[in-house]
Amino acid sequence: MSQPTSDKKDHLIQAFRRLLPAEAVLSETEDLRPFECDGLSVYRRLPMLVVLPDSIEQVQSIMRICHEAKVPVVARGAGTGLSGGALPLENGVLLSLAKFKQILNIDPQNAMATVQPGVRNLAISEAAAAHNLYYAPDPSSQIACTIGGNVAENSGGVHCLKYGLTVHNILQLKIVTVEGELITIGGETLDSPGYDLLALMTGSEGMLGVIVEVTVKLLPTPERAQVVLAAFDDVAKAGEAVGAIIAAGIIPAGLEMMDKLAIQAAEDFVHAGYPRDAKAILLCELDGTNAEVSEQIMIVRDVLMESGATEVRTAKDETERQIFWKGRKSAFPAVGRISPDYYCMDGTIPRSQLPLVLRRMSEMSDEYNLPVANVFHAGDGNLHPLILFDANQPGELERTEEFGRRILELCVDVGGTITGEHGVGMEKIDQMCVQFQSAELSQFHAVKAAFDPEALLNPGKAVPTLHRCAEFGAMHVHKGQLPHPELERF
Amino acid sequence: MSSRIDELLKNQVRQAAKDGRKFNIVGGGSKAWLGRDSDGETLDISQHSGIADYDPRELVITARAGTPLQIIEDTLAESGQMLAFEPPYFGEYATLGGTIACGLSGPRRPYAGSARDFVLGCKLLNGKGEIMRFGGQVMKNVAGYDVSRLMAGAYGTLGVLLELSLKVLPRPASSVTLCHESNPNDAIQLMSGLLSKPLPVDGSCYYKGQCYIRLSGSKQSVIDAQKKLPGEVLSLRSQFWERLREHELSFFDNDKPLWRIVVKPASKPLPLEGEWLLDWGGAQRWLSSDASVETIRKIAQQFGGYATLFRGADRTGEVFQPLAQPLQLLHQRLKTSFDPDAIFNPGRMYAEL
Ligand SMILES: Cc1cc2nc3c(=O)[nH]c(=O)nc-3n(C[C@H](O)[C@H](O)[C@H](O)COP(=O)(O)OP(=O)(O)OC[C@H]3O[C@@H](n4cnc5c(N)ncnc54)[C@H](O)[C@@H]3O)c2cc1C
Repeated sequence: MSQPTSDKKDHLIQAFRRLLPAEAVLSETEDLRPFECDGLSVYRRLPMLVVLPDSIEQVQSIMRICHEAKVPVVARGAGTGLSGGALPLENGVLLSLAKFKQILNIDPQNAMATVQPGVRNLAISEAAAAHNLYYAPDPSSQIACTIGGNVAENSGGVHCLKYGLTVHNILQLKIVTVEGELITIGGETLDSPGYDLLALMTGSEGMLGVIVEVTVKLLPTPERAQVVLAAFDDVAKAGEAVGAIIAAGIIPAGLEMMDKLAIQAAEDFVHAGYPRDAKAILLCELDGTNAEVSEQIMIVRDVLMESGATEVRTAKDETERQIFWKGRKSAFPAVGRISPDYYCMDGTIPRSQLPLVLRRMSEMSDEYNLPVANVFHAGDGNLHPLILFDANQPGELERTEEFGRRILELCVDVGGTITGEHGVGMEKIDQMCVQFQSAELSQFHAVKAAFDPEALLNPGKAVPTLHRCAEFGAMHVHKGQLPHPELERF
Repeated sequence: MSSRIDELLKNQVRQAAKDGRKFNIVGGGSKAWLGRDSDGETLDISQHSGIADYDPRELVITARAGTPLQIIEDTLAESGQMLAFEPPYFGEYATLGGTIACGLSGPRRPYAGSARDFVLGCKLLNGKGEIMRFGGQVMKNVAGYDVSRLMAGAYGTLGVLLELSLKVLPRPASSVTLCHESNPNDAIQLMSGLLSKPLPVDGSCYYKGQCYIRLSGSKQSVIDAQKKLPGEVLSLRSQFWERLREHELSFFDNDKPLWRIVVKPASKPLPLEGEWLLDWGGAQRWLSSDASVETIRKIAQQFGGYATLFRGADRTGEVFQPLAQPLQLLHQRLKTSFDPDAIFNPGRMYAEL
């Protein structure tokens, strides 16, 4: 794409100023700075312009103006994404949804809520609490991240195994297309006519449309929730215990695992009462009716003991339950305190592969001489290895990135995926070439073209071009096989 | 063996694309009457059968699309597991592929999720004769667009499903159905209200003056919940939920057109003449009526919902609720992106797809 001429920029500024108040059109470098990266701050880039609309009509007009001028647009929620999805384009407009903060309607009779895209995840549950309802997906970033971002990433949380991901908990979206048209997808009903575009939009990383309204499903707050903490002297045993709980016919509301480094970091940070000397802990939350929870706690305790837990503790009250969870939910910042930098990975594997993958990661950790703290959604096999490094040490970032790539490839090798919930964004674009073949990538591009034929929405993210994969493949022969052999090499 | 059949299907599709022929994809033929009439040569995938992978600890089953649904459910039952969306069979030869392509879900749907909610991955043959894999066998996967869930309810118009991976769940330890006399207004209020109560409900239905509520979970939790709800325990022998799921209740024994109307669960009774059966806590309403298509669609829309002509009447008209213009265009473009020569199930869903 050609460098934007300052003419083009001026033209856009003028068009936007006619539409928006002066403070909602940013063009000076110091004003653009806060938008230069998302939660993955190793990637930074200043956008040409930032716009902050506060009505759907304004978003439509912005899209029309950009479409006409052939200027790419990147939507942004709270910028907590961890894959560079909201990374701006230097010749593009950054469209912030930060002003869309209203909860439009809570409908307790039908257990649903309609909100603007910039509403924070936690704010929905807070507003619904008066009706004993809540919104189930609870990413650890829930105090900050927006529902629009959650939909764009199909975000998960610690309660996904039982209550599903974002895709399972939304009913309707209003989106503005690249041409500025407003479309309703899904409905205030359990399903709707036509193709399941709701599923397609969820997790589409801002590539198919701008989400301007979201209707979510609300669930009744369970009668009771209890969390059991189990300590293990061996990570593999903890991994086995996860499968054993499921084999016992129990679907915990949350089933999380942390290894020694993560336990100690969390303990130092929030004093959650975790056993500091354990090699791994499992947090197993059970919720439901009183009777159900009582019964399941007994079963889970037995299973954990049989799986070789050295200690099994049930939170004695709600305060202790919250503290147990606080340790887990603040694991990332906790690790941030013990290392100058950390890099969070997000692969998902079949649960049975957990012991193998943990062993291989520990071997690689030695090989690269970089420590790894493991925090993960064990119940659904979603790993979050945190690689500790110091970006100021020459070469460490590069070593870290290579280590991270190898972890993701390991996940693909054992039948898993490169990303469970953080998205591909800019970060994992090359690993898409490992997970998918040319036909699939071409199909993704064709789907994108059905929504956005000129590729103006968040271009360059999420799905690599076949040429990029060919170049990547030339540098990276996997198991002796060239990926995408049909393409010429350059 | 499977890969040989894959190759065979692939070549058939490539040839059809060249010759301008059309295919009507058939698994067991159990749902041939659903959707619009569609012509085209039969593309039989019933030979494409067998469970490829199932480990109860992973909560995932992977099977070829032609696998009989019965085999899948029997296999899961042996390990105390189930397809939680309670798929309707509508005939003994229902296959996994047809189940997902039609995207139908049974009585547990509002409480456990729909067919598409349980789809984790698929192997798909598109209209260019390319075999592709999307999603996978893991619970969480956001790499690439969610093409596998897009296939649920697409009625085979986007491609041939070759293999599917679904999430499965443990069967509840105990289950009881309560039945009490009621009227539509009270039943709607009770049933929709239960959606926001922390009770182990996994089915609720009203018809012919009776309200049925199914409770499932641990034994004690079902006993406790029973005390909080009205009604007498219904004998298991009535097989009420199975007969509801399969449209075998006397309500469905009727020559009038059968409409499926989906609205917000708490919606008041709709002012449409005919016989009603309310399922899904009030969210899915079956109407057997001679009222005109226009009237039914108009009223359903006024109530924020939509109507499908499920059975009977004219199967060459629009049986699914027509889509608004921009959405329709998007559907056509998506169809073209998967099936550029419009080979698969032409017109089965909408005339223009
Ligand atoms: C400490 C920490 C913990 C985290 N824990 C979790 C976790 O447990 N689970 C999890 O899933 N994620 C987690 N995340 C990642 C992140 O919070 C989620 O991906 C979140 O959904 C991003 O929301 P956001 O509003 O910040 O979106 P942004 O980062 O602003 O954007 C993310 C993507 O969505 C697009 N987008 C945003 N808004 C819109 C819109 N309205 N329309 C169209 N596209 C849009 C952007 O273009 C971009 O591609 C964590 C992040 C941090 C920093």
